[in-house]
Amino acid sequence: MSLMNTMPEFLVTTKVDEMLNWTRKSSLWYMLFGLACCAIEMMQTGGPRADLDRFGAVPRATPRQSDLMIIAGTLTLKMALRTKLLYDQMPDPKYVISMGSCSNCGGLFQLAYSVCDGVDKVLPVDVYVPGCPPRPEALTEGLLKLQEKMMREKWLVRRGNEPAPARA
Amino acid sequence: MDATAIHARLEARFPGALGPLVAGNDPAITVRPQDIVAVATMLKTDRELAFDCLSNQSGVDYPKREEIEVVYHLFSYGLRHAIVLKVGVPRDHPRLATVSGVWRTAIWQEREIFDLLGVVFDGHPDLRRILLPEDWVGHPLRKDYVEPTEYHGISTKRESML
Repeated sequence: MSLMNTMPEFLVTTKVDEMLNWTRKSSLWYMLFGLACCAIEMMQTGGPRADLDRFGAVPRATPRQSDLMIIAGTLTLKMALRTKLLYDQMPDPKYVISMGSCSNCGGLFQLAYSVCDGVDKVLPVDVYVPGCPPRPEALTEGLLKLQEKMMREKWLVRRGNEPAPARA
Repeated sequence: MDATAIHARLEARFPGALGPLVAGNDPAITVRPQDIVAVATMLKTDRELAFDCLSNQSGVDYPKREEIEVVYHLFSYGLRHAIVLKVGVPRDHPRLATVSGVWRTAIWQEREIFDLLGVVFDGHPDLRRILLPEDWVGHPLRKDYVEPTEYHGISTKRESML
């Protein structure tokens, strides 16, 4: 039996997972974390023309309020340790976008002694955005890809032999 | 005052302390390491020279000469003239007196030379690494520097994806 047209107009039927994921993906607060020239493009992406705010993504100035970290620029080894510290301070669930060649693999500076060749050596990365630097459209595409990925997450089922999450 | 006159004026005050003037876009004078502070003080305080600005201080590694050369680019805003000083220090034991008492900007410049080339500046008020982390090993601008394989568990080489 179809539920269509049997409900009052103010009701919407959906799955709980989708509902949770939809709310989460629609308020992806990203941490302001510009490391080099990619940061300029990230500011453009947050600005009025590309406007990441359309997708619910607004910059936060502290890791404790952020869901997403956009690594925008060359990651030096000195900064890598601090980046890990900031990532650890973000509340779960958290995501990482690696923006630009430098944070993807070291890029132009891969052979330099002081540069960490890719942020994936210190953090788990969800989406890699190529480009040097990527245009605002590319970063927006990266964010949309991340949203697609978030929509596929299941929160209510236990997979395989995973133990049940501990409850306080 | 042109570079030849500057050299002559210094030579009259410090006989034997200076090498010949090397002409070029930036005329340079080699100075003995033990005389650098006295020469710098004169360059700054002499009315006819008045080099009030140390616009750049850097270092170069010369493995064949077994030497690290510290280079001082000086400029006088009042008199609109410039000169370059070069001081060679032995590569295996690089020590040099600081000029931070003459030009305070040398504090940071000398920290950078210490950081990247390992020249120790005697009398420097705060000789720490300035760019690299404090626990870094070695001085990367030396020609024989070997990059460490990892830093705090982060490997410094990336495998080719191909």
